[in-house]
Amino acid sequence: MPAAVVIAIVVFVLASFVGFELITKVPPTLHTPLMSGSNAVSGITIVGAIVATGIENNTMAAVFAFVAVAAAMINVVGGYLVTDRMLGMFRRPKREDPK
Amino acid sequence: MNVNLEALLYLVAAVAFIIGLKRLGSPRTARNGNMISGGGMALAIVVTLIDNEVSWAVLVAGAVVGSLIGAVLAMRVKMTAMPQMVAAFNGFGGLASALVVGAEFLRGDGEAIFPVEVILTMILSVFIGAVTFTGSMIAYAKLQGLLSGSPITYPGQKVANAALFAGILGFGVWTQATQQSLPFVIVAVISLILGVAMVIPIGGADMPVVIALLNSLSGMAAAATGFVIDNSALVIAGALVGASGIILSALMCEAMNRSLTNVLFGAFGAVSEQSGPTVHGDVRSTTADDVAIALAYANRVVVVPGYGLAVAQAQHALREVASILERRGVEVRYGIHPVAGRMPGHMNVLLAEADVPYDYLLDLDQTNAMLPRTDVVLVLGANDVVNPAARDDSGSPIYGMPILEVDHARTVVVVKRSLSPGFAGIDNPLFYKDGTMMLFADAKKALNDLVAALDLV
Repeated sequence: MPAAVVIAIVVFVLASFVGFELITKVPPTLHTPLMSGSNAVSGITIVGAIVATGIENNTMAAVFAFVAVAAAMINVVGGYLVTDRMLGMFRRPKREDPK
Repeated sequence: MNVNLEALLYLVAAVAFIIGLKRLGSPRTARNGNMISGGGMALAIVVTLIDNEVSWAVLVAGAVVGSLIGAVLAMRVKMTAMPQMVAAFNGFGGLASALVVGAEFLRGDGEAIFPVEVILTMILSVFIGAVTFTGSMIAYAKLQGLLSGSPITYPGQKVANAALFAGILGFGVWTQATQQSLPFVIVAVISLILGVAMVIPIGGADMPVVIALLNSLSGMAAAATGFVIDNSALVIAGALVGASGIILSALMCEAMNRSLTNVLFGAFGAVSEQSGPTVHGDVRSTTADDVAIALAYANRVVVVPGYGLAVAQAQHALREVASILERRGVEVRYGIHPVAGRMPGHMNVLLAEADVPYDYLLDLDQTNAMLPRTDVVLVLGANDVVNPAARDDSGSPIYGMPILEVDHARTVVVVKRSLSPGFAGIDNPLFYKDGTMMLFADAKKALNDLVAALDLV
């Protein structure tokens, strides 16, 4: 197995553990924004989609790349915007609320 | 750009995602964290654009279409429709990953021979991406009401699904051995079918688990794509999302006292699994006026909202009742069961939208600790999550599921349209208990009546 793959596996496993540690600390109140925020992060496939647009002399690949860019951008733009919109709704108790 | 510099900048992007997740640990820092994460994404995109030969026509067209759709959906979506939207977004993530790998396969033009590890991760990535795509579309259709929420089953279903999976393995091996596009396409097609086949037998009540799981899969698909194009940002981001979805599905399963295999393969709710002894007895029916008096003179009221509240769009009416009570000096808190909404944390968002401060939203344990010292519990559109049978009746299908123990409070007011059983079709002995009063009405009408009645108390 080439070194690059081994390194990628190492990175994947360590990142998974970081993910487990961080996400168990997210309170249940924020689980929906966590999911929509995860949607946004999984939009990182946009990187692969951008690279794929560079494939020349293959119409099918260009079609795939176009749809992949569009789908990934839906996740990136939609994911971050809707998460921000939701998080903006979470407020602390107002001062004027009675004791 | 220098290859090492590029790799380091992708690392910065990945760190931004991690910081974003960390700041999601508290409602105070969460919004800022989301922005940091978004900044990381922007950086990853810019680095990729600088460092690669791209077709600007394809790229700009796709980016404009995708950004517009994403922005419109994000700004327009109603909070009640959040589960569908997250389901659809999971699907797009899976689709994007599968297509990227499909395009990379075509890059070889049938002549290039991919190394073993590359072709294997390509097969894996297409498989996960395609299953995530169609599975998410079915979940979307079920949540949106385009498909019936009840499980769709047929004889030999499990065998058929196993056969599909075996087919993927078989054609995967063929692809790996010959590097031809025909078996690769067949792998993709069977994976698309498998995504549909896996999700149709899962009932509407189990959708929170399914969305969380598909969320995880969309991350896994991104990570697998990262292996194919050898990019650590994809691997790290995918791993984070994968972990998040797995934790959330586990939490949901725990909250329903079900195993993941039971959720995925159990077709729960397909046959009416009636509990053995159906309780019957006298039900005490009450009026909005009586409930208003009980609430107004309470020290502490705990509201238990269920999905019926959201269906009736009654969160704002609830907030109005709560404001009146708070002005009278009553302490109002909200007891939220993990499966109260249609996805993890859904009910919290619906209440936050109605201006309920997040400090007042209590989780299962916090609520149960408070209930014995609570004067009135107002159950609005919730049913199974307050069903004492889950604690007391070992014959009940929901036995063992953690519940909000509202029967420990002094008085329970259940607002419900009728005595009909809930989502899981299970009778609720709570309704027949001595301390329970039933207010038979639609949640929104009941709350509006309460606002009027409280004015007169």
